[in-house]
Amino acid sequence: MRHWKYILPLVIFAVLVGFFVRGLDLKPAEVPSPLIGKPAPALNLKPLLDTKPGLADADLKGGLVLVNFFASWCGPCRIEHPLLMDIAAKKIVPILGVNYKDKPEDAKAWLANLGDPFAKIGVDFDGRTAIDWGVYGVPESFLVDANGIILAKQIGPMMQKDWNERFLPKIKERSK
Amino acid sequence: MIAEIGHYALVLALFVALIQAVLPLVGAQRGDAAWMAVGSQAALALFLLVGAAFGALTYAYVVSDFSLANVAQNSHSAKPMLYKISGVWGNHEGSLLLWVTILAVFGLAVAAFGGNLPPRLKARVLSVQAMISTGFLLFILLTSNPFARLAQPPFDGNGLNPLLQDPGLAFHPPFLYLGYVGFSMAFSFAIAALIEGRVDAAWARWVRPWTLAAWCFLTLGIGLGSWWAYYELGWGGWWYWDPVENASFMPWLAGTALLHSAVVVEKRDALKTWTILLAIVTFSLSLLGTFLVRSGVITSVHSFASDPARGLFILAMLVATVGGSLVLFAVRGPALKGGGLFAPVSREGSLLLNNLLMSTAAATVLLGTLYPLFVDALGGGKVSVGPPFFNAVFVPLMVPMVLAMAVGPLLSWKRGDLAGVLMRLKLALALAAAAAALAWLVMGGQPKTLAASGGLALAAWLFVGTLVEFAGRLLLFRAPLAESWTRLRALPGAAWGMAITHASMAVLIGGITGSSAWMEEKIQVMKVGETVMLAGHEVTLTNVRDERGPNYLAQRGTFVLKKNGQTVVTLEPEKRSYRQPPRPTTETAIHTTFWGDYYTVIGDADGQGGYVVRLYFNPMVAWMWVGILMMTLGGIVSLADRRHRIGAPVRKRAAQPAAT
Amino acid sequence: MIGRAALVLFLALSSAALAVNPDEILADPAQEARARAVGRDLRCLVCQNQSIDDSDAGLARDLRIIVRERIKAGDSDSQIKDYLVGRYGDFVLLNPPFKPATWLLWLGPLVLAAIAAMVALAFYRRAGRRAPERPLSEAEKKALEALIKDQG
Repeated sequence: MRHWKYILPLVIFAVLVGFFVRGLDLKPAEVPSPLIGKPAPALNLKPLLDTKPGLADADLKGGLVLVNFFASWCGPCRIEHPLLMDIAAKKIVPILGVNYKDKPEDAKAWLANLGDPFAKIGVDFDGRTAIDWGVYGVPESFLVDANGIILAKQIGPMMQKDWNERFLPKIKERSK
Repeated sequence: MIAEIGHYALVLALFVALIQAVLPLVGAQRGDAAWMAVGSQAALALFLLVGAAFGALTYAYVVSDFSLANVAQNSHSAKPMLYKISGVWGNHEGSLLLWVTILAVFGLAVAAFGGNLPPRLKARVLSVQAMISTGFLLFILLTSNPFARLAQPPFDGNGLNPLLQDPGLAFHPPFLYLGYVGFSMAFSFAIAALIEGRVDAAWARWVRPWTLAAWCFLTLGIGLGSWWAYYELGWGGWWYWDPVENASFMPWLAGTALLHSAVVVEKRDALKTWTILLAIVTFSLSLLGTFLVRSGVITSVHSFASDPARGLFILAMLVATVGGSLVLFAVRGPALKGGGLFAPVSREGSLLLNNLLMSTAAATVLLGTLYPLFVDALGGGKVSVGPPFFNAVFVPLMVPMVLAMAVGPLLSWKRGDLAGVLMRLKLALALAAAAAALAWLVMGGQPKTLAASGGLALAAWLFVGTLVEFAGRLLLFRAPLAESWTRLRALPGAAWGMAITHASMAVLIGGITGSSAWMEEKIQVMKVGETVMLAGHEVTLTNVRDERGPNYLAQRGTFVLKKNGQTVVTLEPEKRSYRQPPRPTTETAIHTTFWGDYYTVIGDADGQGGYVVRLYFNPMVAWMWVGILMMTLGGIVSLADRRHRIGAPVRKRAAQPAAT
Repeated sequence: MIGRAALVLFLALSSAALAVNPDEILADPAQEARARAVGRDLRCLVCQNQSIDDSDAGLARDLRIIVRERIKAGDSDSQIKDYLVGRYGDFVLLNPPFKPATWLLWLGPLVLAAIAAMVALAFYRRAGRRAPERPLSEAEKKALEALIKDQG
């Protein structure tokens, strides 16, 4: 092929297009967590409510839990809230709430208004626990197994599809 | 009603564009003069129709017709008129309309000023232009209609992001688009040449002015954007290697290479295939930028709301335009043979070196910009490629470039005498060394000063080298002054243009070096009456008060800048709270001097009588803006060269009526 | 996700105006300078292509404070970066580390420059083969003159 040089630009472009096609389905803004498959970071937070305890490392060692970072000022949290309520009602897995950078009274009112799906709620007032967990926005949710290993993470509101495809199978597998 | 006319005009424009794409092309193939002539008429019709659509949208913005979704989302009745108008292109749909409008203007320009083009070439160029128009018109009509009506118009609009309500940014997109779209001319000429199978000096002579014009617009557009970022964002930065900035920088690099390689084609009939490829690549990179900004494939600070359907459409357009042209290149490229020969050390050799370095630079920026996508697409997780990477790889590419920029113009065509040229550059070398030494001494020899010394040495080398070349053309100090004067007046615009742009690059490098190396900042809480020292000046906060603007409230601070007790200037930065959309902005106040900018920002009150203030001394920043203006000016001067003037051959023909 | 997608649209820029705040700045200028240098290499995750030094996002501020706390605690720059990479992955680094996934990135420019050099070399070699009208060298000229003289 004497004229391969003239075809080279086309080949390079074709490769680029391949990447672009793939890229249209990717989420460039989503940061995957390096913590998946690793032990969950520490969790020692004071309670939000008088009626429910706060969070401690021991809470991650008793069985499967879903750790959910939420805030009353967070719009997308409202989107996932009904699903969390549903999970709690069906007792699929206990949900541990981490109230991220919120005013306690706002958070309390929010829960009173929309319902409280959480088994326990800790207050992460300065957002330090969130950073330890690699959270960069709310809501985010982590599935943690009985050994305190993070199995899965949801960035942004938990949608039914995410729950069914990525979380439920793992929960079923562990509870066998 | 007017909006419907605009929409209707766009639909008609699509049909006109289709006609313009097909008839002249077929006509050129068959040698049918009448069909070829359709191109010019269609270009005029296309311009009128697209212009009408653009006018209709502008009208809707001016009268705040919130029954249009686009106006309601992006404008507000209380906005100043300038920003109502600039709001037209401050959004996805409107900016696309601006794209096609500019495309139509260039098409019309070919029709109007292309009288001296061979009819076949002209017909084919117009046809390719119309193909691009067709793609964009389809894109607008199918996915991004700016004339969509709302069933229930809101009482008032959402407003334009206040950050964008700024004169610098009002004109940034139009210039940028004039640049991007201007490169479509070189592209169309390249495609026409491939179809014809012939590239010669005349072809290069037609392509160069268009490319040069586009390059001037793009230079100014990038400069405006950078300037805006500098004074509006409030921390003195001016270039972030953000994908969107890179998207405008890549065509600039490729376009600069194209300008230089076209010189070789014109003067020496060499590098023809390469030049054709560059013309295709330059416009392809412009299109790529559009895709990156609007598809959401790459994360960027500033991009339009992305939509996968739109992304897919632009990608399809990209494949058709770029893929199609590269197929044509693969098929017809080998037929473009031969050309003049030259040695590595020669004027052509230096222009080739420029091309290689510029292309490598453009490819490097492309690699860095797309790398996160590559890794992610291959399942390698997420990586970030930020300014540290680009600075690390870009500077080493630019150093040989700048070194060669002083040498190249002094070399003769075909075979140059490097030793002789270096002898002529003794002065440049000496002054470069002096600049480096001076910078080193004045700023105290720290490691980071080393890089700065190097930067200033390069700037001095290039500036003096350019002057030496210019003086050489005039035989300054070697011939009587009167003769030099005569030569100066006879000097072609292209020679002036080259000297000015090369010198402007030196000024720009000086500015970049200075502002990167010696920035000084004070970030602190200040109470009224307090004074801090900034770069040898006393800066006193004398007053903070509330002000009311047309669509915002402001807190305005007053700083008095004094040197040795003498007041130099009073600066009044503001922190504004816009009403619609409700968003704060900072309005910096800057005192510009030859050696640096005194840059002041006022922030929030701390509740104890103090205010967060940011005071910066940004050295030599004005050099950058002057450099960019000079660069644009150099391009314009070169454009005014009689030999480039589009009508020049016509006049020559008119002078010899006997011949026809 | 919806909220986050909307963020990308200019919002990041608008909030960027006031980055490092006076109350964060360390008393020791050398330590503060280090904090700045580290901060410039760390990506603000919520606002995408900005460093935490350039961003006013709450998370960026938290990260700046963490960087400063770690510096005060005696951590090295790379320890600080490792700490954040452990939580957010390589994505947080604006200066991508040299490892298999980034080999092509870092070596790419070199490879490109090498290709450019090879293209130029090939071009000149081909041109050299085709060049019949190469001007004579000094030695050749002398030889030619000598020949002419001999014959004349």
